[in-house]
Amino acid sequence: MTVTRDAATGRRAVVTGVGVVAPGGVGREAFWKLLSDGRTATRRISLFDPTDFRSRMAAEADFDPVAEGLSPRQIRRMDRAAQFAVVSAREAVEDSGYDFAAADPARTGVSIGSAVGCTMGLEEEYVLLSDAGKHWLVDHTYGVPHLYGYMVPSTLAVEVAWEVGAEGPVALISTGCTSGLDSIGHGVQLIEEGSSDVVLAGATDAPLSPITSACFDAIKATSPNNDDPEHASRPFDAERDGFVLGEGAAVLVLEEKAAAEARGARIYGEIVGYAGRSNAFHMTGLKANGREMAEAIRVCLDRARLDPTAVDYINAHGSGTKQNDRHETAAFKRSLGEHAYRVPVSSIKSMVGHSLGAIGSIEVAACALALDRQVVPPTANLHNPDPECDLDYVPRTAREHAMDVVLSVGSGFGGFQSATVLARPGAVAYEGSAR
Amino acid sequence: MSPAATTTAPASATGVTTPTRAPVITGLGVLAPTGIGTEEHWSSVLAGRSAIGRITLFDPAPYPVRLAGQVPGFVAKERVPSRLIQQTDRWTHLGLAAAEAAIADAQVTPAELAEYEMAVVTSSSSGGTEFGQHEMENLYQHAPDWVGAYQSIAWFYAATTGQISIRHGMRGPCGVLCCEQAGGLDAIGQARRLVRTGAKLVMTGGTDASLCPYGLTAQLSTGQLSTVQDPARAYLPFDAEASGYLPGEGGALLVVEDAEAAEARGAGQGYGRVLGYAAAFDPPPDSDRGPVLARTVRTALADARLDPADVDVVFADALGVPEADRAEAEALAEVFGPRGVPVTAPKTLTGRLYGGGAALDAATALLALRDGTIPHTAGPAAPAPGYEIDLVLGEPRRAELRTALVVARGHGGFNAALVLGHPQGHHVS
Repeated sequence: MTVTRDAATGRRAVVTGVGVVAPGGVGREAFWKLLSDGRTATRRISLFDPTDFRSRMAAEADFDPVAEGLSPRQIRRMDRAAQFAVVSAREAVEDSGYDFAAADPARTGVSIGSAVGCTMGLEEEYVLLSDAGKHWLVDHTYGVPHLYGYMVPSTLAVEVAWEVGAEGPVALISTGCTSGLDSIGHGVQLIEEGSSDVVLAGATDAPLSPITSACFDAIKATSPNNDDPEHASRPFDAERDGFVLGEGAAVLVLEEKAAAEARGARIYGEIVGYAGRSNAFHMTGLKANGREMAEAIRVCLDRARLDPTAVDYINAHGSGTKQNDRHETAAFKRSLGEHAYRVPVSSIKSMVGHSLGAIGSIEVAACALALDRQVVPPTANLHNPDPECDLDYVPRTAREHAMDVVLSVGSGFGGFQSATVLARPGAVAYEGSAR
Repeated sequence: MSPAATTTAPASATGVTTPTRAPVITGLGVLAPTGIGTEEHWSSVLAGRSAIGRITLFDPAPYPVRLAGQVPGFVAKERVPSRLIQQTDRWTHLGLAAAEAAIADAQVTPAELAEYEMAVVTSSSSGGTEFGQHEMENLYQHAPDWVGAYQSIAWFYAATTGQISIRHGMRGPCGVLCCEQAGGLDAIGQARRLVRTGAKLVMTGGTDASLCPYGLTAQLSTGQLSTVQDPARAYLPFDAEASGYLPGEGGALLVVEDAEAAEARGAGQGYGRVLGYAAAFDPPPDSDRGPVLARTVRTALADARLDPADVDVVFADALGVPEADRAEAEALAEVFGPRGVPVTAPKTLTGRLYGGGAALDAATALLALRDGTIPHTAGPAAPAPGYEIDLVLGEPRRAELRTALVVARGHGGFNAALVLGHPQGHHVS
């Protein structure tokens, strides 16, 4: 009477390409150099005049769309977030060696995360149409032809799909600051369920505009330490006073594992676990006990069939707000037990800031590179740990470390908590996999 | 509790561990221009009562489009806790009200279910559009510190999902899909994925409320809105006079449950089942490759293990833009044969609801399955010459309905198809 099907197919997803646009330099290698050097890219905001704002710092990407090869029409049409996404996608595609032109477009999917979409374009056009806020009935005759493309964040996924000629499932995932983990989880699911053989999965945000700065000022979420921008993002430090905004994108090429192996692709790692949970507690507040993030980590490891002791490194959300860093530390202890005290934990937000929805994918990219290079990126600016943050946060200096399995977590407005686990190729074997 | 360890199925990184029966839809919450509440909406649809009228949410006089579908008599404070009203956009007000109605309709008490097995996944097209315009006005007319504390949680696309999760204690995996006007179907497809990965109940669907000056202005830039001023003649999909579409607000939320879990709690047979789903994407505008709608429909049918002949009714996307109408008519004729299946688009009564539109279409399709009645498409006189579709016009058509297909497309190239089945099964072809 009912339709039943074997949903578990044995298909698995691996990362074969990494593309990054991050503060401190465009491209994967510049990104990794910044992280492994433990340098910070936070500075006084130059993209607009921040004088009237409480927090006047950000980690900005030195990004020139012309130098990155975007066409004049793409530059005119695309919001900065879309430009980041397309440039990241190009780098990931090139890195993967996957021949998209020869592939069946119907089997190519796209899953892009973003917390705030095309905010910059939307705000710039608003200023023009309303004549600097004077008119509630904005003047539509000043509207640019692609204005609607700024209004809907789906544009970001559209641009990536056009870039690679994808005609399979395409989605824009927007779960606030966990968007970048959830979009990769979605991409993995498309491969596992058989909807796609290859997926461009990642996230992008370009939130460095007055309205975004103002809204985080209003809730005092961002650091006011304007006198020392380079050292303002201080996750887990006793003197941390909020996060520092960032911007950027990371896009991964996810491929079905057996096919990737068959073509001899270079594999950074396999996504062996992903899970999301919600705290149903508060849109911005976090419970001190880390309960729901711990549950997301527990389910994620359970799906990966891994014991907590298998985790060799944790890429923390580590935003640098008082409550986040304690919440997260509690979540690690709750989910990993004593192992939490033994595993290195670090926050790259200390260096590249918090780029909202994009950061989850940027952090997974960092995990892929950490696995590849067997180096743990540090937590910059950590000098005096908060007594309640008593784990090994890899202060200031990158560390060579043997890693097979790395965990990355995110926490976002809405109460969303997400976790994903990457494993080095060959490190974990799954019985019953397709081939 | 270690679900993954107890299965013999291959490990899945995202938790797909067990074969599942088709999920059931056990509750509907409708807040639409055609009515607040499922039955009010359905009776308006069957009567062909149009909700299209002059925009009253703001003065539309300066704009070439002045008509829209507004939710009549929606007073947030009657349906949404006052604390949440000031913290959220109208889009979220509508979503919270629809979620509460869907829960009541499903006769479920969330507090009695396992907290991590309830999830929320909604579609959002443009987030808290009006709220965002107000706060940008505060910023540019005054100063940064005029921007309110709630801008950070009201404007972003995840606001509705987050608020529903919090209000009903749903602590499972939450999500937001932004696939413009196809998103409502993608959210339901995602709800099915979540059921397959262990969720027992998923609140899904979507709402929209982008009828503010900046929202409308942005929509105008696509050139796809109709500037015809006669409410009865402005949005005429598939008609030779098609001139674009009209916008609207509202949508629907649906309670989707794991079939066993619904049985276990004595939920009854529900409105129907999610039998199949597919999404695909059109090639870029300058490509010589054709649109993918026919393939999307075929993939959804294959996913449902059904043939085109099993489909009893199609709820069309019906954009009202001639080129898009032609492409859709051709795709349907290609899959089902010329005039091979009844096609309808009751959305002419509401306008297009963006993030909420396809979810409302799914709700309407479930009501059609329930009552064995295909609602008609009010407005068009006849399909334009060359459109080989059996468009249901004039009045509702009685029919034994076991399977409905809902089709949606979104700006930029999104395509989605959802196959819904009568709760008591489908034809075997």
